[in-house]
Amino acid sequence: MSSSPHVLELRDISKHYPTHCAVTKLNLALARGEFFALLGPSGCGKTTTLRMIAGFEEPTAGEILLNGASIHRLPPYRRNVSTVFQNYALFPHLSVAKNVQFGLRRRGENHIETRLAEVLHLVQLTGKESRFPAELSGGERQRVALARSLVLAPDVLLLDEPLSALDPNLRKQVRAELKEIQRRVGITFLFVTHDQEEALSMSDRLAVMSSGELQQIGTPEEVYLRPRTRFVASFLGALNWLDDFGIRPEATHVARLAPDTAVSPRPATVLRSTFLGNCLHVEARLATGQQVVAEVSRFSGTFAPNESVFVWWRPEDELRFL
Amino acid sequence: MKRAGWTLSIYALAAYLFLHLPLLILAVFSFNQSRFTLWEGFSLRWYAAAVRDSQLMQGAWNSLVIAVVATGLATVIGTLCAYGLWKRNAPLLTGSLYLSLVTPEIVTGISLLAFYEWMFRFLRVQLGMHTVILAHVSFSIAFVVIVVMARLRNVDAQLEEAALDLGANEWQAFRYVTLPVILPGVIAAALLAFTVSFDDYVITSLVSGVNSETLPMVIYAIARRGVNPVVNAISAMIVFGFGALILISERLRAR
Amino acid sequence: MKRLRAWFLAPSWATMLLLFIAPLAIVLAYSFESRGVYGGLSLPWTAESYQRLADPIYLVILWRSVWIAGVSTLVCLLLGFPLALFISQSGSRKNLYLSLVILPFWTSFLIRTYAWMFLLRDTGLINTLLQKLGLIHDPLPLLYNDGAVILGLVYSYLPFMVLPVYATLERLDRTLLEASADLGARPWSTLTNVTVPLCAPGIRAGAILVFIPCLGAYLTPDLLGGGKSVMIGNLIQNQFTTARDWPFGAAISLSLMAIVMLLLWIFARRSSEGLV
Repeated sequence: MSSSPHVLELRDISKHYPTHCAVTKLNLALARGEFFALLGPSGCGKTTTLRMIAGFEEPTAGEILLNGASIHRLPPYRRNVSTVFQNYALFPHLSVAKNVQFGLRRRGENHIETRLAEVLHLVQLTGKESRFPAELSGGERQRVALARSLVLAPDVLLLDEPLSALDPNLRKQVRAELKEIQRRVGITFLFVTHDQEEALSMSDRLAVMSSGELQQIGTPEEVYLRPRTRFVASFLGALNWLDDFGIRPEATHVARLAPDTAVSPRPATVLRSTFLGNCLHVEARLATGQQVVAEVSRFSGTFAPNESVFVWWRPEDELRFL
Repeated sequence: MKRAGWTLSIYALAAYLFLHLPLLILAVFSFNQSRFTLWEGFSLRWYAAAVRDSQLMQGAWNSLVIAVVATGLATVIGTLCAYGLWKRNAPLLTGSLYLSLVTPEIVTGISLLAFYEWMFRFLRVQLGMHTVILAHVSFSIAFVVIVVMARLRNVDAQLEEAALDLGANEWQAFRYVTLPVILPGVIAAALLAFTVSFDDYVITSLVSGVNSETLPMVIYAIARRGVNPVVNAISAMIVFGFGALILISERLRAR
Repeated sequence: MKRLRAWFLAPSWATMLLLFIAPLAIVLAYSFESRGVYGGLSLPWTAESYQRLADPIYLVILWRSVWIAGVSTLVCLLLGFPLALFISQSGSRKNLYLSLVILPFWTSFLIRTYAWMFLLRDTGLINTLLQKLGLIHDPLPLLYNDGAVILGLVYSYLPFMVLPVYATLERLDRTLLEASADLGARPWSTLTNVTVPLCAPGIRAGAILVFIPCLGAYLTPDLLGGGKSVMIGNLIQNQFTTARDWPFGAAISLSLMAIVMLLLWIFARRSSEGLV
């Protein structure tokens, strides 16, 4: 049945509006069973891309292929993709059970009760079948939305900022749960987020977008350690920029005396030292006048303003872009 | 905001009395034994007379039939229209709906009369129940559209997208998701349209035929001749009946 | 999605075209025809009906309609504003008091007008009571005059003034009133210098919502004014029944419509917020 190695392919996808261009020549290929993140700041076109895959927007140019078959002209209800919306969009007049069964009933499938029980068990909502959305917590509502989409066994599950509506303290737990669910069902997950920590921690691969264009695709390590553009480097973490290259704070070392192993240590004056709990951020001014931030373990002692120190890093940690 | 002062509260009481007393007095005197405006004891004779009056009862029946049919049609057409206008502009249609609301009834009435007379040159029909029903549908649609639109504005637009995403086509999304959610508003609109239709005098009197006299027309004729306690009785029944319907309608709109 | 929406609009389009726009178009056509020998219509096309409107007899009726509608609107404002103020200061009971204003409106218009006949007649309740109390000897002619019509119109359309004014009061920024008091203004002064001017949009909306139906009123002047208080609505009805002068009736109707639409246009231009 599946002839293509990729479950989802976007070829030269563009979306133009009269006033601006939301997405330009986007190329993406997702493997089966991947947990993929689309990362970027607001307005970068990631949500538009998601909506084009789901079928709520029509691309101005380009093709979308699902298992090798073209779907970009099909209406949403004929595509085997399902969306978990940012605010969940649960049907308020239907119970949890009826919400989850909705897609199955439209298709006229059999064994609805069994599949309902299975999927509710998967998302840990067994026993809440007759509750209504208004009676559920935010986290429970997300799980209903997830169950509702998963029970249809889509080829790709689309998630629009799945964690942004949740309480911050709930997010780490839900991240782990989502990963576990994805691992168990083996369905390709494509989620959209502006939070780089989410993208790095959850995805097998991620794509960074900016102003409608794809900046880089790769595994979290690749994208973080070997960013291809300055945008990617500064979006995925902090960056000290020195004229024509950058260096990350955690790769920047600072001490009163530089060890012999240090390569070209530079003299600097401490401007400020901020205690962040698990580490220190030390801001220092180099002799050249540039400012850098170094992330220092809190076990390395303290630094006072105006102290003379040395700053160094490994040459291979320098990030240069064309 | 600060609590209302004494003067304002007393004024408000007087204003509410002004609004409600005439109808209450009307109702009270419907139980008057005497036909004159002097209280002579409690009696139900006027209610009995109202029920026995064949013209009144025939008028009531006609009004009921017209209201039910016209309301049914107007509610369906109006709900579909409100849904169609939701998130999509049709300025000409919206404009003519609003225009139909502000057009004085007498103008609507005579224009429909003129229209019917002109049509009758080609069709072999006359004024009757059907002409009244069509007229009522025409002016009720705007009411229904406004009430249902208000309800639709509170509906999350993504609910329909979710339905489509899960495999429902456009019609199914409307039927299984949007319609159930707006149903209380639709029913409230229907109740409103019913009272407007049942009570209409001006337009109805112009486009009605010989055999389609409605209750307001009969009441008007009696009232014109002078004060008659039978009118008090039938008025009391209508007022309290309508009041109940409107209360239900308000409850539904708030849900 | 778009195609389905278009189908949904079709029935209303058909109804509005057939039962609202077409009739008005026919009235427009009729207004330029001549009166036939036995009533009804005949050619030639003429603008004579419109020219007749300039006759003093009809201008008097127009003037009376405008005057009655104007006075009714003013009275509605004077009575309605304090009521709206009261409701907005009622805390938790706001909705109850608001419903108490709206509820009578939705009961029968005809019956509410009849209720005033019952009260104002020579043998009506008010006169009977006053006579019984010995305050008057002969009944007061309370019915069948302009005053009774104004009373009936105010009674019918008061909620149309209360609701928009209340809506504006609700959206009022309370801190502005507090600032006024803080700067030394006494309650009455705050009311006239701050509250009322800020309510101008609501007052304008209420005025339009009352004035237009009053201008085109038919039933109220018919029942409460007898033949003594003829307004435009009565004149129109007359042309289509007893007088059987349809072209003239059509001309008056369209002129009334023109006035209504002109008022709405002026209103729409002067207010940035919509009517609904």
